[in-house]
Amino acid sequence: MTVKPTILTGLSGAALIVAGGLALAAGQYGPGASDTEIKLGNTMPYSGPASSYGAIGKAEAGYFNMINEQGGINGRKINFITRDDGYSPPKTVEVVRQLVEQDQVLATFNTLGTPPNTAIQGYLNDNKVPQLFVATGANKWNDPKNHPWTIGWQPSYQIEARIYARYILKNMPNAKIALLYQNDDFGKDYLIGLREGLGDKADKMIVATKTYETTDATIDSQIVALQGSGADVMVTAAIPKFSAQAIRKIYDIGWKPTHFLSNVAISVKQVMQPAGPEKGVGIISAGYGKEPTDPQWHDTPEYKEWLAWMQKYNSSGNITDANNVYGYSVAQTMVHVLKAAGDNLTRENLMKQAASIHDLKLPMLLPGIIVSTSADDFAPIKQMQLQKWDGTTWQLFGEVISGTGS
Amino acid sequence: MHELLQQIFSGLAAGAVYASVALALVMIYRATDLVNFAQGEMAMFSTYIAWSLVTVGLPFWAAFLITLVASFLGGMAIERIIIRPVENAPVLAAVIVTIGLGLIFNSLAGWFYSYTVQDFPSPFPDRPLFGALMTTQELGVVGVTLVMLTLLFLFFRFTKTGLAMRAAAQNPESARLCGIPVGRMLAIGWGLAAAIGATAGIMVAPVLFLDPYMMSGVLLYAFAGALLGGISSPVGALVGGVIVGVTENLVGTYLIPTQLKLTVALALIILVLVFRPNGLFGTAIVRRV
Amino acid sequence: MTKSFSIVSPDKLAADRYAGLTTESWRWLGTTALIVLVALLPFALSNYHVFELTMVMIYAIAVLGLNILTGYNGQISLGHGGFFAVGAYTTAILMHHYAVPYWATLPPAALICFVLGVLFGLPALRFEGPYLALVTLAMAVATPQVLKYFDNWTGGQQGLNLVKPSPPAALGIDRDRWLYFITLLVLLLAIRVAANLLHGRTGRALVAIRDHPIAAAAMGIDTARYKTLAFGTSTLFTGVAGALSAIVIGFVAPESFTLFLSISFLVGSAIGGIATIGGAIVGGIFIQFVPNLANDISDAAPSALYGVAMLLFMYAMPHGVVGTLGPLLTRSMLRIQARWPALIGK
Repeated sequence: MTVKPTILTGLSGAALIVAGGLALAAGQYGPGASDTEIKLGNTMPYSGPASSYGAIGKAEAGYFNMINEQGGINGRKINFITRDDGYSPPKTVEVVRQLVEQDQVLATFNTLGTPPNTAIQGYLNDNKVPQLFVATGANKWNDPKNHPWTIGWQPSYQIEARIYARYILKNMPNAKIALLYQNDDFGKDYLIGLREGLGDKADKMIVATKTYETTDATIDSQIVALQGSGADVMVTAAIPKFSAQAIRKIYDIGWKPTHFLSNVAISVKQVMQPAGPEKGVGIISAGYGKEPTDPQWHDTPEYKEWLAWMQKYNSSGNITDANNVYGYSVAQTMVHVLKAAGDNLTRENLMKQAASIHDLKLPMLLPGIIVSTSADDFAPIKQMQLQKWDGTTWQLFGEVISGTGS
Repeated sequence: MHELLQQIFSGLAAGAVYASVALALVMIYRATDLVNFAQGEMAMFSTYIAWSLVTVGLPFWAAFLITLVASFLGGMAIERIIIRPVENAPVLAAVIVTIGLGLIFNSLAGWFYSYTVQDFPSPFPDRPLFGALMTTQELGVVGVTLVMLTLLFLFFRFTKTGLAMRAAAQNPESARLCGIPVGRMLAIGWGLAAAIGATAGIMVAPVLFLDPYMMSGVLLYAFAGALLGGISSPVGALVGGVIVGVTENLVGTYLIPTQLKLTVALALIILVLVFRPNGLFGTAIVRRV
Repeated sequence: MTKSFSIVSPDKLAADRYAGLTTESWRWLGTTALIVLVALLPFALSNYHVFELTMVMIYAIAVLGLNILTGYNGQISLGHGGFFAVGAYTTAILMHHYAVPYWATLPPAALICFVLGVLFGLPALRFEGPYLALVTLAMAVATPQVLKYFDNWTGGQQGLNLVKPSPPAALGIDRDRWLYFITLLVLLLAIRVAANLLHGRTGRALVAIRDHPIAAAAMGIDTARYKTLAFGTSTLFTGVAGALSAIVIGFVAPESFTLFLSISFLVGSAIGGIATIGGAIVGGIFIQFVPNLANDISDAAPSALYGVAMLLFMYAMPHGVVGTLGPLLTRSMLRIQARWPALIGK
């Protein structure tokens, strides 16, 4: 009497569970996602003065190609749509609107540049589209309360500058600091970070600052002026070309400050060698990724794997260009998040997964540096490692430093 | 005091860079009455050609000479093929064509050679001079610019071709009537300008480092320098370029923060031009009604 | 019609008098049809395309300003991107710091750009040709620097985020379409003003100054006054376009107003037809769509394709699209008129 209903209930219950399970397995999809593909949108400066960063987009496309050839993510291929915005915010707005409204992408990924990302941040958050792993070193992307759909990736320039500031306070508390920085958000962040790191000693310690524009031919004049300030510590926040000029000029005029170099300019092939390897001995920088022209990595399996990938999937890319390491690593982060989302490929779940990365190790990050996020921590990489140039390679020293807080 | 001297010398070195590109601009203007907005990009592209030759193992001076010849021929070809169709069109059309040309060269350079910074070998040994006021490289740039200037001056003043070119530029109709092959003069003008630009680029690359945007900043200052000196005067190009270089350095160091350096430098140049609208060494254009 | 003692029969005369629409009428009909089409277009297109067309119109207004100065008055300007920026930042600062409603920022932007243009035009009187190019180039290059420097007002390199305007609820259309219509209105107004200006005495004076400054002065035209006014009017148009762009994009930063923008305006102007009004619209279309097209075709060297497009347009139509096709259209109409007078009357 009670057995039959129980069996019936049990059977119906089981049927419901199975049906529900099948529905789940068939996947929940937001725009741009289906059984067969996942659409990601991206903007990069493929034209204009910032076009050297376009290499990142190409690297990411190459990485996703490899993943697709290996079977995709849970059986779905990544459809990576990347377009040029020329680093011009109005163009970025237009292209991102096209990606969201015409191409119906699931999320934007690694859109590059602070002004471009600032321009689209409001639109993407209003429309609840994940703005994942933005390619900028600005500080402001770690703001889950106000912009819950935007998340950064790399350690910010301000974090890096604060690390230098703390090092200076610890080892050279009476130093007089000179700063050369690019006259835009990237450069200015170093000034801000340095000041924050030095606290109330900032005004006393920072004795001179000079800027340059990317349209300047040389920065020799600024270097000469900075030497004239009597500083014994120099911080250079400049892109590779100008960093190389700075290193060389500082040496040529016989100035020997303790020199801190922005992480964007640590390339051996593009900066240290053109400047003259012996001219940069002693320069300190902080980094989070393996610099591909640094010989100390060339025998490691991770580098070899990266190199093989470059040769097969990104053959138009330059193996001396650190942008290809960057693109590789951030693409790996994206793949990790996509895999974690499983069959629940809604924008909400994607964002949730991006905000729950637990101690992800990536092969081309420096040893000890991990990727991690949480609901109130939207800064995936917060650590950096100090390194010193010895004429041939960047010698890592000290502990991995975490840059959270001031 | 020492710092002031250093700033002046840095300015001289930068000024020599601007002057060499300004010379190429003046060359084209004298030959064709046209400002070539692609000058910087052409020079950069020539430098990349030289770089390719050096990278495959050619010695510096051989690469330099081959690049010079290639640039000369290339410049002539550009005039014949690309500029010729708009020769009789409104000036604006020719301006747009040179702008387009600049974009093409820049984009192709980025495509063929990537946007990463390249090392360029210097023909001069790396030694500081005058107590670290200048390097031999910088002095080399100054020296080569002076040599180019002298050659140009001699060419225009004392050779038949130079005279013919000036005639062809000033009054093509009359020149034709005198039997001057105006088309060929224009082509030679462009060829020479391309060669000068190539020299400028090769001299400058070890200092500025080679990437597709190496010349984009230089072009603006070179343009200002050429106009300051007088757009039709090679000597003016040299003087103008140097003045721009030194002014820019001194203004940025002593007068105003570097964030406004470019603005103020340009403002000063324009101020000078207000008092001398044809540049320091330019000749006033007299128009007969 | 004049009375003539002609041996032609009165019936034929009458027929001539009433036959067909005049060229003027055909032109008017065509223009009205175009305006109606453009007004209906946003309801047939997606939001994104409406947004794109709004940008086309904004660039058209900017290029129209340049046409007035460089096309009709012969004063070359490589600096209109700077005036575009001034208009945009006027709007941005008023909206961001003073909560001025977006539509109320247009008059101040117009006024400020006009005054700035006149102030600029005064010293520009001394210069011509490449010298004038340099002076205006300085404007284009200095503007981003100055914008970055006064960061208390301008937000510096971070730029300013603006609140996007909401359409009046009564109309029942969304924001993109509302902005489209506002821009369309401003564009039509701009065209009307430009046409009145350029097809009348002022226009003739400007053209006279362009073609033969000495003769113009000899005939009593106050060249200084007209040239300066041309500058101011030109920058007014471009400034208003800039203000609209700030409203439509919702964000301003120095990066948005580089030298490339000034050059784009000049290119658009030349390609459309520098001494035309309709050419401004073609120019706007070129600036907006051709780089996108180049990008779609080539991943590797999109700018090269853009450059090639410029070259090809200049070879085929050195006076610009409207500059070349306009006279062609007029000639065709005259031919049709000769063959079929019933269609196009006098």
